[in-house]
Amino acid sequence: MKSLETTLKCHKIIGGYGEGEALVSHEPICFYLTDPKTGIVRERSHELAGKNLANKVLVFPSGKASSVVQIDGLFKLSSHNVAPKAMIVKDVETVLIVSAFMVKVPLVDRLERDPFEVIRTGDFVKVDAEKGIVRITKQGS
Amino acid sequence: MYLTKEEERILNGEFGEGTQRAIELLVAIGDAYDAEKMIPISRAHAASSGQEGDLYFVELLANGGAYCKVPTSTNPVYDLEYFDNLFEIPRDEAEVAGRVMEAYKRVGAILSWSCVPYMAENIPLFGETVAFSESSATPYVNSVIGARTNREAAQSALASGVVGKTPKYGLHVRENRKGTVITKVEATLKDEFDYTLLGYYVGKRIGYGIPVFAGISKRPNTEELINFCAMSNTSGAIPMFYIPGFTVEASTIEEAFQGDIPEDKITVTDDDLKRVYEELQTTSGKIDFVMLGCPHYTLRQVEEVARLLKGKRIHDSVSFWVCTSATTKVLAQRIGYVDIIEKAGGHVVVDTCIDEPCWIAYKNKVGMTDSPKCAYYRRFKEAIVSRLRDCTEAAIEGRWG
Repeated sequence: MKSLETTLKCHKIIGGYGEGEALVSHEPICFYLTDPKTGIVRERSHELAGKNLANKVLVFPSGKASSVVQIDGLFKLSSHNVAPKAMIVKDVETVLIVSAFMVKVPLVDRLERDPFEVIRTGDFVKVDAEKGIVRITKQGS
Repeated sequence: MYLTKEEERILNGEFGEGTQRAIELLVAIGDAYDAEKMIPISRAHAASSGQEGDLYFVELLANGGAYCKVPTSTNPVYDLEYFDNLFEIPRDEAEVAGRVMEAYKRVGAILSWSCVPYMAENIPLFGETVAFSESSATPYVNSVIGARTNREAAQSALASGVVGKTPKYGLHVRENRKGTVITKVEATLKDEFDYTLLGYYVGKRIGYGIPVFAGISKRPNTEELINFCAMSNTSGAIPMFYIPGFTVEASTIEEAFQGDIPEDKITVTDDDLKRVYEELQTTSGKIDFVMLGCPHYTLRQVEEVARLLKGKRIHDSVSFWVCTSATTKVLAQRIGYVDIIEKAGGHVVVDTCIDEPCWIAYKNKVGMTDSPKCAYYRRFKEAIVSRLRDCTEAAIEGRWG
């Protein structure tokens, strides 16, 4: 099994560095609908239902739901040390920026390639938001 | 984003850590949206909530010595004093709420604890640049008043209140204020509850967007507009809308689209609204509570409750709540509405939102409300949604349906 590393440029929204296993969601995410103590997605009809986003590099299109619940949701995950390590999104909105700012989780967008094409769940991803770089190591390719 | 010398100095912490944290957030938002610069705002509304995330940020600012530079009002938490002898509120929750309220006082906010501050405590004028969070407040000030705000979070609005500025992006840019969806109303809109259903339906259908209405021939009143705003920005993300002829920013449909062709078209029929209503009839039978005032009732709505309850008696097994602002309650007391509602066995409570831990006593109870937003938060076992007069009738009977 050999690993290949791909380096891509991105746009920093919230700075910092985070690395971990990728978890890809094609649907928007509401952090309020996760278990605050474990990071398991509780939203029944969601494609990530039952999956755990703790310490992952989360790849998703955008956030959803009202500002109060979204921010409180990510904040509670962070206070239990089960927030994602970094977040890669396609469409950014104010509430998600505020959420990431509050818990100091690196947040980037505008990857030079479509993140849903280059990143698969299980890949190892390093997000250096300060430098505007994402490194993806494909497992088993 | 370009920063002035003064903004650089705030960012470097020369005006204290609290203001520094506030501008850091604004710079992150500005950079994310490629804003060219910051622009001054004249007022802000922070959708405080009394929850942990809210507490963290407002204390961060307050402990760092931040103080609001422009009038900044606050959203409901809950009236700890009023509830003190009525219910058991978990002590840790009450402590968070108390600390939140104290911290907003320390940052110099207008302690309105109201979700409709644009009615009395913090009213923008046409063309003002502001930062208003809260679901009904954002679309109301953009569309009905014609001030300019983005769909802010509590924290970004508070940060703007402290710095007195916001990054210039989104709805602060004229081209971004154009309509996106032509929304043809074939349904008959008789009262404010029909506007509630319309808002709930349109928000769900459009998701994020700016609807431009066609087919509304009767001028909507204040409460109808408030309900539309609150519901459409809960079931969807509608930061602004146009009813040409009645809202202020565009007098024709063409003007609302700024000469462009609409991206999308939807039609709303009586059947659509009927289906929304039917979906909200989740149960029937015995009820334990009635919860009104989401968003906070206006004086006219409190008067309507008093008229419906005058000389009547609410069923012994039903708790009856009307949430409103402190400002409205003062007038309602003076006029005598509060007395009538209390004599019937109801409560008029200020500073309080239906989405707060203070209602934990009703967690496994079935109730009624006139607000789908109230039902949406799932703080209760069931909340049936119907017109105000259905809610008061059910409160008197002790059952619905």
